[in-house]
Amino acid sequence: MANAAMPLAELQRQLAAVIMTPLTADDGMRESTPEGRSTRAISERVIAPNSRLDAFERLELYNQQYWYRVLDSLAEDFSSLRALLGSRSYHQLAVAYLSAHPSRSFTLRNLGSKLPQWLASHAECTGRRHKLAVDVANIEWAFIEAFDNAELKPLAVAEALHLTAESRVRLQPHLRLVALKYPADELVLDAQHRERAQPTEAGRNDAREELKPLKLAAMRSKSTWLAVHRVDFSVYFKRIEKEEHAILSAIECGATLGAAISQGFKGTRIPASNRAAKLRAWFENWAELGWLCAPEI
Amino acid sequence: MAGNRFNSYSDHGVGIGLRIPHYSHIFSQKPVVDWFEIISENFLCDAGRPMQVLDRILEQYRIVQHGVSLYFGSATEPDPEHLRRLKQLVRRTNTPWLTDHLCWGSVDGTYTHDLIPLPYTWEAVHRTVERVKQAQHYLEIPVAVENVSSYMAYKDSEMTEWEFLNEVVERADCGILLDVNNIYVSSVNHDFDPMLYVNSIPAGRVAQIHIAGHSRYEKYILDTHDHPVIDPVWQLYARAIERAGYTPTLLEWDDHIPTFDEVHNEALKANKYLEAAKPAAQPDSNLAGVL
Repeated sequence: MANAAMPLAELQRQLAAVIMTPLTADDGMRESTPEGRSTRAISERVIAPNSRLDAFERLELYNQQYWYRVLDSLAEDFSSLRALLGSRSYHQLAVAYLSAHPSRSFTLRNLGSKLPQWLASHAECTGRRHKLAVDVANIEWAFIEAFDNAELKPLAVAEALHLTAESRVRLQPHLRLVALKYPADELVLDAQHRERAQPTEAGRNDAREELKPLKLAAMRSKSTWLAVHRVDFSVYFKRIEKEEHAILSAIECGATLGAAISQGFKGTRIPASNRAAKLRAWFENWAELGWLCAPEI
Repeated sequence: MAGNRFNSYSDHGVGIGLRIPHYSHIFSQKPVVDWFEIISENFLCDAGRPMQVLDRILEQYRIVQHGVSLYFGSATEPDPEHLRRLKQLVRRTNTPWLTDHLCWGSVDGTYTHDLIPLPYTWEAVHRTVERVKQAQHYLEIPVAVENVSSYMAYKDSEMTEWEFLNEVVERADCGILLDVNNIYVSSVNHDFDPMLYVNSIPAGRVAQIHIAGHSRYEKYILDTHDHPVIDPVWQLYARAIERAGYTPTLLEWDDHIPTFDEVHNEALKANKYLEAAKPAAQPDSNLAGVL
């Protein structure tokens, strides 16, 4: 007796599980999903063969298309991370990440949103360059956000200089604050002006080029604070002081300026006598760069 | 009158896809192009360069939105945020109609970002109709669904692809974005007569036509959009125009993208068929009375 038709939702769940199963080393479809279900059995239950391809081979095309597409997209967004690790290590990392965090968004733009956080707890994917790799991933994700996040009307410099300790402001949405263990910004500078590739509906060929890991002079750990922001539709990195980073981060979390400043100077080495001048210069600079906006009402 | 209610009675002729490698040429040379098609999902961000480019294009050109992830055939619910952003974009671009694919690609909020064919079953018809209606109602513009290229077929299918398409568009009362290259690709992959497909669709519902190139492998054809249009696809196009009349036509070229002029010239070959179907200009009724 023929099997009853599988309900649409169940059919799509089963096929998606197969399609999103990582490929074999030679880009074939695996015999089972990570959950242990037979991909061949699912293919043969659901897919009709033709005179040239059996059910498994036909579904395999979708399995390949899926991985080529998401791997290409992630590699575009994290090109410096790929250069740092080399294509082989990066590929393993990307497959592991995408298996843990497949796309949950209608746009591929958000595919790497969880990569920095995920990478921080997966040192096995990066070897001895783990902390540097996490830094690079953080910068590259900040770049994506700075590239197309919203832009609010900023406060004028004069308005910013009249703020009080009780004031709350909102940071420009495209300003991203990054705390680094290494001066990794130098590594990714060469990628800062690239345009994001656009996703299309076209099928993909596998055109991955082999890339050896970057040869780096020994890089010494050095805490670095970075503001990644957009000016005239281009993204820039700006190194900032530790205290600036702390104040801006507190503002971002909704603190009053007074509370943010107290937090920012906690444990600082800046002499008390210099702080007022520093603060004035920072606020003036942040206002000039359009980083401070009126709070959300 | 040009067009039909599924493309807001538009007189759009031959357009091409708006692609990054052509930006500088478009902005510096300001070529005469009837219209550009954008991939909606590339412009669903809040701000930044994508939106700046879009606004500059809108100053001089007509835009039609084409989506890649509404997934009308997905069994699970769409993301309301996706529809909200699409509607914002519709208002910005003033697109006269909007298109996306007759396929599935997301499950329980997880996206494959691929255009996966549906089983041609009644359950899929009902589900797809519901989703198309939902999108059309929310977006408040005509929606047209595009037939996809496919590399697999389902054992559970209860009808042909064109029968499925016909059921969906009639029940959802929506338009068709007829991709004649996709018909050709699928016809080779599934061994059917592509002309039978073109002859079977309700011609009055064709809002737009896609033409494109593809890649041929030993055992299948892949819809790569990286070659010129081949003669058999032009023949399908000619027949589609013969049946549907003057219809907005778009060349897709997404990989190994040549110069702007090469892409545009390839697209303009469609005029050989399209111009013959152009409706005769109606005399201005006011002037007719005077003269």
